[in-house]
Amino acid sequence: MGPSGTAVVTGIGVIAPTGMGTDAHWQAVLAGKPGIGRISRFDPSGYPVRLAGEVPGFVAREALPGRLVPQTDRWTHLALWAARAALDDAGVDPAALPEYAMAVVTSSSSGGTEFGQHEMERLYRKGPSWVGAYQSIAWFYAATTGQISIRHGMRGPCGVLATEQAGGLDAIGQARRVLRDEAELVVTGGTDASLCPYGLTAQLATGRLSTVEDAARAYLPFDVDASGYVPGEGGAILVLRDAAAVPPGAGYGVVAGYAAGFDPPPGSDRPRVLRRTLERALADAGCAPSDVDVVFADGLAVPAEDLAEARAISEVFGPGGVPVTVPKTLTGRLYGGGSALDAATALLALREGVVPPTAGTSRLAPGCDLDLVTGAPRRSAPRTAVVLARGHGGFASALVLRAVRGRDADGRGTTGVTEER
Amino acid sequence: MSGFTLDDLRTVMRECVGVDESVDLAGDIGDVAFAELGYDSLAVLELASQVQRTWGVPLTDTPALEARTPGAFVAYVNDNLTEAGR
Repeated sequence: MGPSGTAVVTGIGVIAPTGMGTDAHWQAVLAGKPGIGRISRFDPSGYPVRLAGEVPGFVAREALPGRLVPQTDRWTHLALWAARAALDDAGVDPAALPEYAMAVVTSSSSGGTEFGQHEMERLYRKGPSWVGAYQSIAWFYAATTGQISIRHGMRGPCGVLATEQAGGLDAIGQARRVLRDEAELVVTGGTDASLCPYGLTAQLATGRLSTVEDAARAYLPFDVDASGYVPGEGGAILVLRDAAAVPPGAGYGVVAGYAAGFDPPPGSDRPRVLRRTLERALADAGCAPSDVDVVFADGLAVPAEDLAEARAISEVFGPGGVPVTVPKTLTGRLYGGGSALDAATALLALREGVVPPTAGTSRLAPGCDLDLVTGAPRRSAPRTAVVLARGHGGFASALVLRAVRGRDADGRGTTGVTEER
Repeated sequence: MSGFTLDDLRTVMRECVGVDESVDLAGDIGDVAFAELGYDSLAVLELASQVQRTWGVPLTDTPALEARTPGAFVAYVNDNLTEAGR
């Protein structure tokens, strides 16, 4: 058990279609500046989906050590960059901490698809001897965790969560558990980069990607014109530390509650799990629905899924009972990086006292009785945020984040740190 | 002398397997251990695989992979080039 048992996010590294770096991302989010455009990483003209959120301006050979680039996939490149940014942001020198007290827990959705496609092309065009040795370690889900661990000398309990878009929250939940058990510092979050023909084709199989060609109308969660989602790449890496290792009032926020669930099989008469997962996360945080100031929704933009999520939110908070936002409308859904980026955005919202808007959505679909924040940021000084995420196939997760400074509605405590169990 | 030189190896290392900024590849690396150059066993395997394809010499057997230094690796490649009649 960590000294306090309370996990504080002390560093954030964002690498997303909204920009490289936390500040660039946050400014884009506040300004509603979209990161979605025509796919440029390959010619998408032969595919039904041609829009995506791509990370602008990232050149791996300039941003990373020379030895790491050829042995890792782009999704790992992005995470290595973001991990360094997060550690710098946290003011941590890993060499100064015991290596077995630092852990890495990340999320991965599809592994190294671009690297894998490249090697497969060599296999069928030239033969087996042309497949590189690094295919053996570059593609698989834990590669990012492993490379961050090696680069920064972090040999504590490491792991990877592969639960599609829910993975970012599940990684943070596991990171908190590891922090409570034995680690002093955990690097967590996740990224994804599956914008190659192989990666996109695998995503198309779900039938849930938008084929709308207008970037401003392609991804409209909770809207009457919702038509599926736009894929994206990138994510966020966070540094978690026990509150006892952090000066009072420092950090972005506290991981106050977490829960994960899994939907019953199709055709079951049991209810879907999102509502109960949300309630369990609130119970874990020891807070009532009325304590929550903003919900960062999953926002799949598939009408039936939007309705299901809106109902789950309304059943817990009451119709229109809590501000809801979907800033990922600027980036598309980032799969393994998606809910990690949502958590990062929520933490920035808590620190800055602003709820960022949802881009695009203008007319709520019937039954989606939400107080959706659109148009401009809402300066409502949120203290507690909930992040919801659903992963393809039935994953559902909820995270409760609490601001570090100040008092909550009941006046308990002077910091988010001391008020927690 | 023709054959496979240390400069040929440097080219493969630089272009295909990568080199860390802290390593001076242009320096006298012939007797420096691969490990000190940031090359683990997988990196040497990849190196051997690249040289095998480019130079048409079979290298995936154990001796090539057990070369501890660039100098030993170059010597092994040349031995095999000679055997291949080059």
